[in-house]
Amino acid sequence: MNEETYRRPAPGRDHPSNDSPGYKSTARRAPSRPAVMLPHSLSEVTGPSLRATRLDSAENDLTRQRMAEPLGERIIVQGRVLDQDGKPVPEALVEIWQCNAAGRYHHPGDQHDAPLDPNFFGGGRARADAEGNYKFITIKPGAYPWKNHHNAWRPAHIHFSLFGPAFATRLITQMYFPNDPLLAYDPIYNSVPEGARARMQAAFDMDSTQPEWALAYRFDIVLRGRDATPMENA
Amino acid sequence: MSRALTPSQTVGPFYFGTLARSYHDDLAPAGVAGDRVEIELSLVDADGAIVPDGLFELWQANSHGRYDHPEDRRNLPLDPGFHGFGRASTDTAGRAVFRTIRPGRVPWPAGGLQAPHINVSVFARGLLNRLATRLYFDGDPALAEDPVLKLVEPARRSTLIAKRDAAGVWRLPICLGGSDETVFFDC
Repeated sequence: MNEETYRRPAPGRDHPSNDSPGYKSTARRAPSRPAVMLPHSLSEVTGPSLRATRLDSAENDLTRQRMAEPLGERIIVQGRVLDQDGKPVPEALVEIWQCNAAGRYHHPGDQHDAPLDPNFFGGGRARADAEGNYKFITIKPGAYPWKNHHNAWRPAHIHFSLFGPAFATRLITQMYFPNDPLLAYDPIYNSVPEGARARMQAAFDMDSTQPEWALAYRFDIVLRGRDATPMENA
Repeated sequence: MSRALTPSQTVGPFYFGTLARSYHDDLAPAGVAGDRVEIELSLVDADGAIVPDGLFELWQANSHGRYDHPEDRRNLPLDPGFHGFGRASTDTAGRAVFRTIRPGRVPWPAGGLQAPHINVSVFARGLLNRLATRLYFDGDPALAEDPVLKLVEPARRSTLIAKRDAAGVWRLPICLGGSDETVFFDC
């Protein structure tokens, strides 16, 4: 057997620690014991492709899912799904969700005193093309308070969910906007090692901005790459 | 060109709208081959409190032990109605129920076969990274030789083994902490 596996992230370099005390909900939910190192078998190097999942044409345009256009600043969010070698992850399913322009989610659990927008549901899906390119049309989400600490506000963000090619590459992350002053105060953003935080910020993309229509942001997502070292033959 | 990994962030409490569109709590519609099983996962925190806003995903082989994935090139039958992916959120009691089939055995890189198992991802508000664990089936004779269970200290192996209740439902509590903390894997 000569299976390739997926490269392991260096501890403390890329991902947040589960135990991040500034983010209060981690206190009772972060496991206290170290994870058991699992060699990669077929169970980890395979994963759901969801290629059979059919997407409606409007699923990547969050401004056209209801009777009329939602309120807010229309934006284009696009980028590529890549691996650590810069190779595209073709046909990757990209799922997003976000609050509306006023900072409220279309969700019964969100009781923030801000208006709901009947024309904004806040969920979308897109499938990347053969080169890993994906694209969404949406509105810029608002900031909202979240009671984690006194005067706690989440910076504007869009949640992203990706499978990649394997169980080992599964990733849920959040995309932030450049130059947001709230980033400096956000325990979730700052749970990530300092050198890696900026990777969660989209870049303003003037070249893709559509005149008289919408600003554009670019957000590339990088998933784990293949390990170049073949495993020993059994 | 080498690229740096995108960091993980929490799923948060408000994922339901989007991810609900691709819920798959019934993995095995009529016609899929294999022993049908009903699985109830539950999620509690370190104090044993219910986690009502969690999300589980399952990934498993079919009854022949074949994954529906190009990387699995073994000459075993694929089942056109079975893709092996499941997803459901926890309810107000912290539970999620899946209907599926008992997977077949898949190989281990160093040789031999693994016991039948389902790969489980756990997401929730307060979890900054996906937690990966496994579900095995109590009483399966292959458990004794499973190479992954052997990586786990014996006293904690039971946290990975679902037990069948009187109604025939396979139950596995997933504990994020406390004395029965589930074994999670770095995969």
